[in-house]
Amino acid sequence: MPGAAVRKVAVTGLGMLSPLGNGVEASWAGILAGRSGIRVLEPALADVLPVRFAGTVSDFDAVSPLSARDSAKYDEFVLYALAAGREACASAGLRRGDACLEQAGVAVGSGIGGLGLIERNIKRFESGGARRVSPYFVPGSIISMAAGLLSMDIGARGPNFAAVSACATGSHNILLAATLIRSGIVDLMLAGGAEKATTPGGVSGFASLQALSRRNEDPQAASRPWDRARDGFVMGDGAGVLVLEELEHAQARGASVHGILKGFGMSSDAYHSTAPEPNGREILRCMENALREGGVTPEQVDYINAHATSTPLGDKVECQAIQKLFGNQAPCPLVSSTKSMTGHMLGAAGAVEAIFSLLALRDQKAPPTINLDDPEPGCDLDFVAHEARALDIDLVLSNSFGFGGTNVSLLFQRFS
Amino acid sequence: MSQDNSQTGSIEERVKKIIMEKLEVAEEEVTSESSLRDDMGVDSLEITDIVMELEEVFDIEISTEDAEKIQTVQEIIDYIQSRVT
Repeated sequence: MPGAAVRKVAVTGLGMLSPLGNGVEASWAGILAGRSGIRVLEPALADVLPVRFAGTVSDFDAVSPLSARDSAKYDEFVLYALAAGREACASAGLRRGDACLEQAGVAVGSGIGGLGLIERNIKRFESGGARRVSPYFVPGSIISMAAGLLSMDIGARGPNFAAVSACATGSHNILLAATLIRSGIVDLMLAGGAEKATTPGGVSGFASLQALSRRNEDPQAASRPWDRARDGFVMGDGAGVLVLEELEHAQARGASVHGILKGFGMSSDAYHSTAPEPNGREILRCMENALREGGVTPEQVDYINAHATSTPLGDKVECQAIQKLFGNQAPCPLVSSTKSMTGHMLGAAGAVEAIFSLLALRDQKAPPTINLDDPEPGCDLDFVAHEARALDIDLVLSNSFGFGGTNVSLLFQRFS
Repeated sequence: MSQDNSQTGSIEERVKKIIMEKLEVAEEEVTSESSLRDDMGVDSLEITDIVMELEEVFDIEISTEDAEKIQTVQEIIDYIQSRVT
């Protein structure tokens, strides 16, 4: 094994559940087709909520990793993480019992955790008292159970934890897993995020924040980053899990490498609980940190998978920070928001978008920003409106920002 | 969570139905002599979960001591019968 300074982090496995499909390829096909995964919520929810739509996972029963008996013990976000983790392992050619998997670690977080299970048990407490609270309430809803159950399922006995940073959760878990690999503590990590926040309380809470689009009459047009008519984000459910592996370790076992996690940056706005710092100063510094850490210059970046969630302020601030970073560079990298199709998958977003970034490298295609009919004045970037585009891509930057003012940028490079 | 079809039928039928649904097993696997722990591989959390369902369906409280005593399906049925009749 090489020393810590030269250990490179390869991505060798991908797994995903998203509003666009159950699995990486189904989801990516939806992205390349510019399809919206947003749908009307089930009637019991839609009838009582001010926002009647979201990017939910559909037909989960067909891919559910556990029996109904065991599924009932966990919140859906845990099951989503397990399904995505299994797919990631399979795509990396890893099977339970493999020596390298037994030493592997798992870092999978969630923005909120088992909100649905929490809500159901509080209801049981209120109607029947403490004796009605399920013994599965605590283990089934805690955020770290996604990583815990996945480790049990695949027999991974290395580090096991969940980093939590709201909508930057998936990215922080990938970043921390990569630092463990670089430092030589572990050779292989599963990392990502999972979310199922489209519950009565979850939708109500984000709606009360005035964070959500109210375009109830046309849900599939609601997520429209950088468009002048945008009015908030659309919630999304699902999970993304990546297999990160020390490069020589991956090559020694003949794994195929989807890309290299070349660098990463972090910063904090230290400004407001939910609103971005309006000058985008820390977002800019976050991206600069990623480029510096990865040892690349801005002109080397070909594509940016933006955080852009379709909120009036957030999209603009990120766009301005990108414009500052790249200055008058021509050509400026293409920038798009896959959230226009998946909605905002909160704690899963960073992982899901890291996967889309790697697939952009694989297929040499920049994903589109759908619904972008009338770009915000002053946002003068090429947002790949409406249709995916063929592009020579060597370096991709993926941004994730979260409530609390937390920022992460991941830099992926094509492997040749 | 209570199931509508647990509300009808004899106590024996209702108990067996709860166990079948909680453990996802077929009716023939739930014999009167079956021990939840030893024969059906039920862990302590699942026992608690089944006991809570029995409490809800039959509207009784089952103490921890009683819950530890009732091991087989027949013992559960007898216990419920003694509590609700």
